Amino acid sequence: MDLIESYKQELQLIRKPWTRVWVGAFVVFLLLLPWFAPEYIIYTATVIFIYSIGIQGQNLLIGYTGQISFGQAGFLAIGAFTFGHLSRFGIPWPIGLLSAGLAAGLFGILAGFPSLRLKGPYLAIATLGFGIAVYQVFVNSEVLSGGRMGLEIQKLDPILGLSRINFNYYFYFLIALLFTLITYNIISSFVGRAFIAIRDNDIAAEVMGVNLTRYKLLAFAVSSFYTGIQGGLYGLLLGYLEPNLFTFDKSIELFVAVIIGGLASVEGSIMGAAFVILVQQVFSGAKEMVPVVFGVTILLVLIFEPQGLYGRWFKMRLYFRNWPLR
Amino acid sequence: MTNFWQYVISGLATGATYALVALGLALIYRSSRILHFAHGDITTAGTFVAFTLLGYKLHYMLAFTLALLFGAVLAMIFYFCVLIPAQRREATQLGQIILTLGLGLILQGLVIRYGGTETQSFPFPLSDFKTFQIGGVVISHLSLGTIGIGLLTCLLFYLLVQKTRIGLAMRATSENLPAAQTMGIPTRQILALSWGLAALLGVLAGLFLAPALLLDPFFMLEPFLKGFAAAILGGLNSLPGAIVGGLILGVAESLAGGYVSIAFKNTFAFLVIILVLLVRPEGLLGKEFKERV
Repeated sequence: MDLIESYKQELQLIRKPWTRVWVGAFVVFLLLLPWFAPEYIIYTATVIFIYSIGIQGQNLLIGYTGQISFGQAGFLAIGAFTFGHLSRFGIPWPIGLLSAGLAAGLFGILAGFPSLRLKGPYLAIATLGFGIAVYQVFVNSEVLSGGRMGLEIQKLDPILGLSRINFNYYFYFLIALLFTLITYNIISSFVGRAFIAIRDNDIAAEVMGVNLTRYKLLAFAVSSFYTGIQGGLYGLLLGYLEPNLFTFDKSIELFVAVIIGGLASVEGSIMGAAFVILVQQVFSGAKEMVPVVFGVTILLVLIFEPQGLYGRWFKMRLYFRNWPLR
Repeated sequence: MTNFWQYVISGLATGATYALVALGLALIYRSSRILHFAHGDITTAGTFVAFTLLGYKLHYMLAFTLALLFGAVLAMIFYFCVLIPAQRREATQLGQIILTLGLGLILQGLVIRYGGTETQSFPFPLSDFKTFQIGGVVISHLSLGTIGIGLLTCLLFYLLVQKTRIGLAMRATSENLPAAQTMGIPTRQILALSWGLAALLGVLAGLFLAPALLLDPFFMLEPFLKGFAAAILGGLNSLPGAIVGGLILGVAESLAGGYVSIAFKNTFAFLVIILVLLVRPEGLLGKEFKERV
């Protein structure tokens, strides 16, 4: 890691001029992508943007705060259906999306209460129970799930003369960019430092004056807010919702993305999102192999590279920076 | 009143299978502090092996024994080839739990690949449709067999853990690993044995669940999660707790399904998990949490 000399430097998002160039080039590349890429790549990228939001949220919870959660599908479902019902009442999408996040965040606080007493494996089971309970409530309640036909959502109409697929791409790109910036700022602020302190040693953190109750619940609220937003956006992209989109497999998918991308890293979350989506695209002809690939990757990552894809990327960068010296 | 006893009896039959699943989970948690997320998938794989062998016209006893052995060997291979290398590289406890999740995903994919996703009926020597009738309460041969085998297995397991030298070694290993190593107990083999036994109990539960639930690659997901709930209800650290928890959960669920609402019968188990964890995290029979600062 780099040497940081002042607090101002700590708050900076990008510390080296060359990094600024590379990040700028990457953003420009993403902005120009629809001009030359075929449509299916644009669509895949759109889905990756949506996923990266929720996975960043989960990384805040799992990677930074160290609270294991398997309830992601529940928050996704709550966010998505809140958004769906509100949009059917004709409420404009920014308010709907915000309410989706807030509703999921509220339930996140509820699901976070066990975290005040429970640790590690026990917390994992409590959140797992929450996720599945939410799924079953939606499956069994036609009022909430919109009945057998599912819940239809009015898709957004393209503006500025863009085609629908390009409009979707830019729309979700901007939202994902916004949330990525928010995540970076949360991490480098006092909130992020409190999260990390809780992860490393919660008792020491409490002694240092971190209010455990407040920050643990805040971590749950923020991560569920992100996941709820992902749910709402996903519903908006698909145009319809049904409870079977939010099974336990969905929780596993997000969790796998966090682990494979790399715990406690924003770049890792985005890489994890890309990995999960790309594997599903590549193996779309043989869907049964998707869990096998996920499983094997998890085994390899945890045994050989506990920092995930981001750790590998970081080591490669370090290697080239110091090349030919080691 | 007849209704009530009917619910209790059918609850006991499901509860016996939950107890078997929970016993395996508790055994592994007690000895290696790992939540075994692949338990359900190992069970599914073992049951599919039995199904395939029965397709080759093997005798029931032989096919079931081979399936049980397959599950046990699979779990031991996982312990030796994945968990031990991970522990050598100082994987965290969370990391080891995620490793079992990875194994579960792999097995799930392979079962779908080679077993197919269609729902199949599982041939079984006991029938679900032939019934006994005792004073108005109807019980099928299968349910009676499940209760019988469940209780018998629990008894045998109790004898193994409490009355034999291997059981003593298992208890010592779970009580204090370094001390057990110092006393010359081959802890690694004992732990591998625990994993194998747990998988064996799981596959046994799977074999009795398959004829009632019909066989498909996801048939174990719900019983597995219920087993989790049962283990937590009884206390993850306690083996008798797992049995008691399983039976209580089975009966409570059946009563809730009968008297409250059949649609929310399954949600009930997860509410139980959250409530138990909030009120008494150590479970009914578990010891209290102690934490050193």
